[in-house]
Amino acid sequence: MLEIKNLQARVDEKEILRGINLTVNAGEVHAIMGPNGSGKSTLAGVLAGRSAYDVTGGSVTFNGQDLLELAPEERAREGIFLAFQYPVEIPGVNNMYFLRAAVNAIRKHRGEPDMTAGEFTKMAREKVKLLQLDPSLLNRAVNEGFSGGEKKRNEIFQMAMLDPKLAILDETDSGLDIDALQIVSHGVNALRSPDRAVIVVTHYQRLLNYIVPDFVHVLANGRIVKSGGKELALELEEKGYGWIEKELAATA
Amino acid sequence: MVDVSTTWRSQFEAQACANAPEWLTSLRAKAFARFTELGFPTRRDEEWRFTPVSPITETIFTASTQTVSAEEVALAPFAEIGGTRLVFVNGKYAESLSEVRALPKGAIVTSIAQGFREHAETLEAHFGKYVQGENHAFVALNTAFAQDGALIIIPRNAIVEDPLHLLYLTVAGDTPTVSHPRTLIIAGENAQVTIAEVYSGIGEGTTFTNAVTEIVLAPNAVVDHYKVQAESESAYHVGVQQVQLDRSGNFTSHNIAIGGAIVRNEANAVLAAEGGECTLNGLYIAGTGQLIDNHTAIDHAMPHCNSHELYKGIIKGKGRGVFNGKIFVRKDAQKTDAKQTNQTLLLSKEAQINTKPQLEIFADDVKCTHGATVGQLSEESLFYLQSRGIGLEEATSLLTYAFASEVIGRVKIEALRDQIHSALFLQLPAAIRPEA
Repeated sequence: MLEIKNLQARVDEKEILRGINLTVNAGEVHAIMGPNGSGKSTLAGVLAGRSAYDVTGGSVTFNGQDLLELAPEERAREGIFLAFQYPVEIPGVNNMYFLRAAVNAIRKHRGEPDMTAGEFTKMAREKVKLLQLDPSLLNRAVNEGFSGGEKKRNEIFQMAMLDPKLAILDETDSGLDIDALQIVSHGVNALRSPDRAVIVVTHYQRLLNYIVPDFVHVLANGRIVKSGGKELALELEEKGYGWIEKELAATA
Repeated sequence: MVDVSTTWRSQFEAQACANAPEWLTSLRAKAFARFTELGFPTRRDEEWRFTPVSPITETIFTASTQTVSAEEVALAPFAEIGGTRLVFVNGKYAESLSEVRALPKGAIVTSIAQGFREHAETLEAHFGKYVQGENHAFVALNTAFAQDGALIIIPRNAIVEDPLHLLYLTVAGDTPTVSHPRTLIIAGENAQVTIAEVYSGIGEGTTFTNAVTEIVLAPNAVVDHYKVQAESESAYHVGVQQVQLDRSGNFTSHNIAIGGAIVRNEANAVLAAEGGECTLNGLYIAGTGQLIDNHTAIDHAMPHCNSHELYKGIIKGKGRGVFNGKIFVRKDAQKTDAKQTNQTLLLSKEAQINTKPQLEIFADDVKCTHGATVGQLSEESLFYLQSRGIGLEEATSLLTYAFASEVIGRVKIEALRDQIHSALFLQLPAAIRPEA
């Protein structure tokens, strides 16, 4: 589904990604872990098409298409979803209206007819339960005045509504208490399917107790330095990122 | 070349003033003399620095006697908002197109031409008593030429439930046409009224609307006023609105400007007694070929008055905007609470705004704040919308709409609010419309 080859990217002349290689197949859940500044969020942003990042080398193909050629909205329509680390507050734009515009933009791209207001509301009512989100939030402005936990749950609610092929969760666990973490994880797990892939970007192993990954990759200094199964996350939790750095220094 | 000022003079001398009361004839003569002395402003004039009016002052305009059918009226923007409607065609009252519904006893909603005949005493007491024509050539010109417009008198304790719609239609002709509409609104003690003063247009072609509105509030009166300027993109519009508030009067104004080539709106209010409350809000959208200038002045003359002001501008293409917000707090006006906010959204690199808050405070125990921001749409918000599949143009449109909605949301007349929505979305790229 997703093939990243030797991907290099920079922000303001500063090199952040220094050659990422990663293959993600449908149905898989990949966790990307790493210390602060290792490039985790940059990787998520580059995949979603954030313009602040300059891709300086390498390639990304998504279902056979050159992803880097596509505008952010085209990527979303092709089935990429980014759950933001810091969801944006948009005063004056109604949550439901915004989401219906998004759902219909994606449906249009797939050659499906617009969803009527009735169908949309019905679907939203179902999905909102999954995330235990207060339905009144849907009629407020996008993320405006939402608590940190509500914002993160709203991200996963949007994911459920938009039905992506590849979901990228950028530190969705940060700032969540254990209850919210469980709700969010439950929401993500409910969306796991053989057709869908998930990339979970996180600093902490804790989330991976709930969203159990098939693969864990450790990102350090802009490269994937170690890959393994879910047990790698536990090892990291126990030994800290220092362990990886030491191991790398030893083999260097 | 024909001398423009000679044309104004010959038109003034030729205008029919039969049966005009003496005070009015004399007021007009004084006003025209003052206009002649002042001459039109130029960019050397501080108040007109960013607003060149030479396209107006160098054109020869004539009054128009054109008539329009009810069907044509219905097609004009903001022609229908329901309820009582007075229609003016190029400044002249069109009785057959107007409809006055049931009003509280003693309320007068009519044309000012009729007012000169039937309510001469009231007019003599109020007409031209509030607006400052001494130093304003356009106001002086209006006073000299104003023959018609709306007269609204709401008696003491009367409450008018439905909005009164004043529809000033500018109908373009083969040659440039001018009108000088004049509105006088008098709200008695404890009276309450909502008024939508709409300047709309039919046809393309150069037109010039030179409007003056005077609004006077007796103690405790509540006036909710809307001005919509939606004339054609070849229209020139200068509109001066002067409000006088007596004790505990409450005045709210929403000034929506979306049409016109050169538009100058002045909204001035004097808080002349204690306890007054004045809100001036505005929203304007200027595109290529448009200059929209909003000048506001709130004069806190007496203590314990509040004023709130929120003006938002959206400038796209090569459009230009000007905002000047004056707040005076006089020596006696202790405990004044005044807040002014001006926000401008520039949607292109060529869009321009000149914005200037101007606070002059002579009292020491007051709270006055002002803030002006000029910016583009947030990149992060655009990316957020795009990352959900919404195209860049739609996202731009949606965020622009969101910026404007803070002002639109405060419009209490539902039909008007809906039409502002639609008009705004027609103006934006790839119109997408949230359902109400």
